[in-house]
Amino acid sequence: MMRFLLGRLAILIPTFLGVSLIAFSFIRMLPGDPVMLMSGERVMSEERHSQIMHDLGLDRPMYVQYFDYLGSVLQGDLGTSIVSKRPVFDDFKALFPATLELSLCAIIVAICLGIPAGVLAAVKRGTWLDQTVMGVALVGYSMPIFWWGLLLIIFFSGYLGWTPVSGRISLMYFFKPVTGFMLIDSLLSGQAGAFKSALSYLILPTIVLATIPLAVIARQTRSAMLEVLGEDYVRTARSKGLTPLRVIGVHALRNAMIPVITTIGLQVGVMLAGAILTETIFSWPGIGKWMVDAVFKRDYAVVQGGLLMIAGVIMLVNLLVDVAYGFVNPRIRH
Amino acid sequence: MKKLSFLLAATALASVMATTAWSKTLVYCSEASPEGFDPGLYTGGQTFDASSRTAYSRLVEFKHGSTELEPGLAESWTISPDGLEYTFKLRKGVKFQTTEYFTPTRELNADDVIFSFERQLKADNPWNKYVDGASWEYAAGMGFPELVKSVEKVDDLTVKFVLNHPEAPFLADLGMDFASIMSKEYADKLAADGKMGQLNQMPLGTGPFTFVAYQADAVIRYQANPDYYKGKEKIDDLVFAITTDAAVRAQKLKAGECHIMPYPNAADVAELKKDENLTVLEQPGLNVAYLAYNTLQAPFDKPEVRRALNMAINKQAIVDAVFQGAAAVAKNPIPPTMWSYNDKVEDDKYDPEGSKKALEAAGVKDLKMKIWAMPVSRPYMLNARRAAELMQSDLAKVGVSVEIVSYEWAEYLKLSKDKNRDGAAIMGWTGDNGDPDNFLDTLLGCEAVGGNNRAQWCNQEFDKLVKAAKKSSDQAERTKLYQEAQVVFKKEAPWVTIDHSIAFGPVSKKVSGYHMDPLGIHRFDGVDIAE
Repeated sequence: MMRFLLGRLAILIPTFLGVSLIAFSFIRMLPGDPVMLMSGERVMSEERHSQIMHDLGLDRPMYVQYFDYLGSVLQGDLGTSIVSKRPVFDDFKALFPATLELSLCAIIVAICLGIPAGVLAAVKRGTWLDQTVMGVALVGYSMPIFWWGLLLIIFFSGYLGWTPVSGRISLMYFFKPVTGFMLIDSLLSGQAGAFKSALSYLILPTIVLATIPLAVIARQTRSAMLEVLGEDYVRTARSKGLTPLRVIGVHALRNAMIPVITTIGLQVGVMLAGAILTETIFSWPGIGKWMVDAVFKRDYAVVQGGLLMIAGVIMLVNLLVDVAYGFVNPRIRH
Repeated sequence: MKKLSFLLAATALASVMATTAWSKTLVYCSEASPEGFDPGLYTGGQTFDASSRTAYSRLVEFKHGSTELEPGLAESWTISPDGLEYTFKLRKGVKFQTTEYFTPTRELNADDVIFSFERQLKADNPWNKYVDGASWEYAAGMGFPELVKSVEKVDDLTVKFVLNHPEAPFLADLGMDFASIMSKEYADKLAADGKMGQLNQMPLGTGPFTFVAYQADAVIRYQANPDYYKGKEKIDDLVFAITTDAAVRAQKLKAGECHIMPYPNAADVAELKKDENLTVLEQPGLNVAYLAYNTLQAPFDKPEVRRALNMAINKQAIVDAVFQGAAAVAKNPIPPTMWSYNDKVEDDKYDPEGSKKALEAAGVKDLKMKIWAMPVSRPYMLNARRAAELMQSDLAKVGVSVEIVSYEWAEYLKLSKDKNRDGAAIMGWTGDNGDPDNFLDTLLGCEAVGGNNRAQWCNQEFDKLVKAAKKSSDQAERTKLYQEAQVVFKKEAPWVTIDHSIAFGPVSKKVSGYHMDPLGIHRFDGVDIAE
């Protein structure tokens, strides 16, 4: 197991270097520069533009800027935002827990509903239940997130008044963040009703962010289960007289889980992409919105640093998925 | 154990804060996160709303809802006859805010004023580069480094600005956000503690609201400043709930989650007007959208050709299609709400037949031209592409074939100012200080060719008038000069003046004392809310 882990960790180094290079060059390929955008309609003279570019170190050759950047990253410094003038890592640290909290809730919802739905559809293959589950999954998968979010807000918040429109907690609760996770912080605050309020603010964004992964997981579970249910060992288990619940739950589902785990791992990346839109609609102060703003303002340091950190998280999740494979299927370890 | 005590302390702090947090609270659904809290460093309106208009004050202030100036931290001022010296008498007894992070020991004095400007103007000032890439964009954009020779202390409560040349709009410039007065005592303390960057994160000024906390991209909290020199505000707390999507802001306002929202979608305005709990305020924007010909290139170098093309464009149709009525057709380069607006100027009549004849008379046949459409939506032009398409169709009717081009915004800003630009560019402007100079000389003066003057139009007659107006401190004389300049502008037609947009401000009926501001500022001093 240790060799397996070390092998996986060794792959992370070139991946990390590749990502840093892509993150660095991607944002610079876009036309325009941050100094030009800073002044907007107010035209800045060429001399002044060059002076500010020089002050920011953006007039140096690309490779010098890259190695300088890489050197700083290796020392744990992601640089300073050109716009907010705050250290990139400080902003990431402040915003990431919000994205993580929302993504965790969404993936939990997607797994808890997606796997049983997929199993049910597979077991009841060809029935109205199967067709309904798969039909709903297809609709969920095709749903434009922005439209879906707004629709839920208008119906549940505007028309029914059941849920709040946007934000993370009612503005009447005010406490200093301890962990950055609103559910935990609201509990720690000891304020009556704070946890309930935080939970109510999570409902709609969780539904929106979970929609696509839920659909994907349900479809993947169904097809994996169908394949496994046709295998000899499942027939053997059935003929041994095991209860259907035990055959499906223990023998079939465990083996069907490998492609499902892969899918769940991949959904983390999808979810971070979805978080950009979900966070914008629900005014959720996470890294998605932060990164999009940075791209529009050509805030090189934030885009580079943010992408690197997000890639780091995805690499970590992939590593965990690999380890999970190892547990589910010991052959993979070798 | 240590962790536990920290948690207990945090909980205790939270409970104290919570008890004070929901007294008389006004919630403003702001449209974007502030870039920072030092108004000198930035140019974004959302940053000014969150810093200069809440935490800070200036020597002179714009009256609520107008561009008229009134005394602020300076109770009076004198201008030398040559217009080169402005001497301000500071108000006595003005206190800086007391916050959790700093307790001031002295009141406002001349040192604070000198510090507030010198940090922006002098490259050798230790605060000039206190954050990476500090460029003091607004001060530079208003020409302050070249304009201001020195800021001098006459005595503790008197400060003198010496200028390099007379500049009539100078007083109005001092009412702008970048001219906010900071506490030198606070800055000195930060410098001594090696925490200079905090000046941009935890503001401290003499404004109506004291900064309490900022949760990045989510919420900014303020409390009414009990020591505010005009007296404590009627509301106890002010909260900015950052909500970037306009449709969501509208839903929050309707649901009562906030009391005031800026910049609604044009399509949502009718719905918001129907809501019996809301009032939708309207304010003609201090702005203009225009199509600038490149007057250095033939045949656009001839005024008769430009006038003929102007006659071909149906501006009312553009206003109807792009703004759904929430704008007025523009005939002058300055908006009607600005002093010196010349209402006697007659706009080019929409007359395709006349246009065709005028083009023929000017010897122009089978003209092909480009129209540049901005890729972004701005308050003065919500959809430049749509406007360009309508112009394309209008011009086709008079035999002019138009190709619409667009670039990514940063590229557009860069290329559109180029003297060799091929085509006419759609652009616009929002006033900074309510002075006509901020439109007429900034956008059409000879010095701005290759820069803000995107028509590349240098007309000596016009330039002489606006330069003379800049030097005079006699308002009546200035008005006359600017009105003459508008006549020259219309005769020469370097632009198609398209529109002046109207801004909407949906507000809960519980709110009183809130005014929309012609400068696009959102300020909350003097605002009250029914409990």
